[in-house]
Amino acid sequence: MSDDGQVKTTYREALRAAIREALQRDDRVFLMGEDVGRYGGCFAVSLGLLEEFGPERIRDTPMSESAFVGAGIGAAMAGMRPIVEIMTVNFSLLALDQIMNNAATLLHMSGGQCNVPLVIRMTTGAGRQVAAQHSHSLEGWYAHIPGIRVLAPATLEDARGMLWTALQDPDPVLIFEHGSLYNMQGMLAADAGPVDIRSAKVRREGGDVSLITYGGTLGKTLSAAEQLKAEGIDAEVIDLRSLRPLDDATIMASVARTHRAVIVDEGWRAGSLSAEVSARITEQAFYELDAPVARVCSAEAPMPYPRHLEEAALPQPDSIMAAARQVVS
Amino acid sequence: MSRAAGEAVPEVTTVAAQLDGGHHKELLRQMLLIRRFEEKCAELYSAAEIRGFVHLYIGEEAVAVGVNQALTPDDSIVSTYREHGHALVRGIPLDSVMAEMYGRTTGCSRGRGGSMHLFDVSRRFYGGNAIVGGGLPLAIGFALADRMRGEERVTACFFGDGAVAEGEFHECMNLAALWDLPVLFCCENNLYAMGTALERAQAQTDLALRAGTYGMAAWPVDGMDVIAVEHAARNAAEAVRAGGGPHFLELRTYRFRAHSMYDPELYRDKAEVEQWRHRDPIEMLVRRMRDAGELSDDELAATEEKLASQIEASLAVARAAPAEPVEDLTKFVYSPESS
Repeated sequence: MSDDGQVKTTYREALRAAIREALQRDDRVFLMGEDVGRYGGCFAVSLGLLEEFGPERIRDTPMSESAFVGAGIGAAMAGMRPIVEIMTVNFSLLALDQIMNNAATLLHMSGGQCNVPLVIRMTTGAGRQVAAQHSHSLEGWYAHIPGIRVLAPATLEDARGMLWTALQDPDPVLIFEHGSLYNMQGMLAADAGPVDIRSAKVRREGGDVSLITYGGTLGKTLSAAEQLKAEGIDAEVIDLRSLRPLDDATIMASVARTHRAVIVDEGWRAGSLSAEVSARITEQAFYELDAPVARVCSAEAPMPYPRHLEEAALPQPDSIMAAARQVVS
Repeated sequence: MSRAAGEAVPEVTTVAAQLDGGHHKELLRQMLLIRRFEEKCAELYSAAEIRGFVHLYIGEEAVAVGVNQALTPDDSIVSTYREHGHALVRGIPLDSVMAEMYGRTTGCSRGRGGSMHLFDVSRRFYGGNAIVGGGLPLAIGFALADRMRGEERVTACFFGDGAVAEGEFHECMNLAALWDLPVLFCCENNLYAMGTALERAQAQTDLALRAGTYGMAAWPVDGMDVIAVEHAARNAAEAVRAGGGPHFLELRTYRFRAHSMYDPELYRDKAEVEQWRHRDPIEMLVRRMRDAGELSDDELAATEEKLASQIEASLAVARAAPAEPVEDLTKFVYSPESS
């Protein structure tokens, strides 16, 4: 620990600390998923927790996404507080029936009787050359669904703090961890704890353009903002944090200050979260705009394997800067 | 208590004592309640008083009634979209089931679910699931929670033969057996997945045999004989409760009516339906009780009359009940304390 009460940690360690805290504080909490136990988690998030908490609470499952996600729903309805881990968002499609048709609908369909206090964590996103079945950013799809909350921790504070708050929520919460962030290192307050899961945050203040992003593209967007400064463009960076519900107030307040907006989203452009944010700006802040809203999204193609193609497919600081220059010009 | 698939259900002497005439009358009353309720639903549907999808259980009543005898109020039930029978015998009040058909606030799901989504958490009745196979993972979760907390509860999970073709079914059979979970799987094999006959959908049509390959006790049962169903269900539930792990009943039954109210039944012969009607579970029990001197014509008529008046009364209550206000449309999308 340094003198100012900060400790050096990683995104992965922050997530692990959050899971450990939840297991310690609440007997109803358990972690369930593929290779979360003996293997230590496919991204090593839960490494060591099996030894600490035992196989009942760090529960390895077979390759049965639908069954173990649904079992998490049932256990949550029965009074437990399960944390279900799905290796990647691509695999979550095997459990989409349970997430969409059960977790998201049961409360309403039962006339308010069956709430589902379940947290599902999964990896999302590209950047590791793992091609078209392990790299997509489908959190925008999930953000389409009423009845669930969708979170995207992009910082160490959020990796450490979102889980506990999500576990206190009476309804299902999906947490998307971008695969490129697990090794992200930095300083975190030693006493870091739960954070709010409802608001977007201004990660960098600026007066010329609002760069609106979340998750794995926050770092790229902040880097673009720093480089734009040298060109005389003062960019504000908004981290959405919660993709459903969206914090419209923070977005619109920023647009009202800068009068220009660029949305950066690793998801595809068509029918997407970026489209939703853009539409809301048009609906709620049209007369504040000095330029059309711009978007920087992934190429409309499955994610390719070779590095140069993958890089070309994804939002990058250069493409973010280009979009910012265009709306400011 | 491990048993190979297809092996006969074991005899248990404690059951016999309960199978007296009074008990038979109660079984009969419950089966008649389901049948008369659903006949009324068909009538109301034709009159356009109730809408949506309505799947009738007529012909399969012995399954719900027989299995329910083996359950305690503390057990959990997960059911399908053909669940009027399960809901009624569980004790969800007739008035609130009828009101749900009418989409009223007084319905057991505040009118938001309709025929396919009857819920009553106070009776541990968790739907009303209209995705084939979709309820099985929930049952696994209930049983897992009970196991982790040391509860002696059984979770009864109903599903049809159609579910056996779903991946979720096989994932859940494996998980239940692997984790030794207290689930009573009740496969209502009515020989048709909507309009597709079992032999046109399944390479191996012996469903108990298939369940047995997951390492759990699995018994085929005559699903038209309520006493046989009760007997098998009591044995299986007792074994599950005693820590014997999941058990599987293949309840061989038949749906007398169409799949839903939209179904013109082009896929099966009327002769086949007629043949099964000779094994009508209600008529079979009535014959048996008459032969044993347990039931007089007057008693039967009195039961019918009472049920008819209860159903008429529930109808009047449902028709007069308030509808959910439109302003509450988005209520319960999230919990009140969340939003």
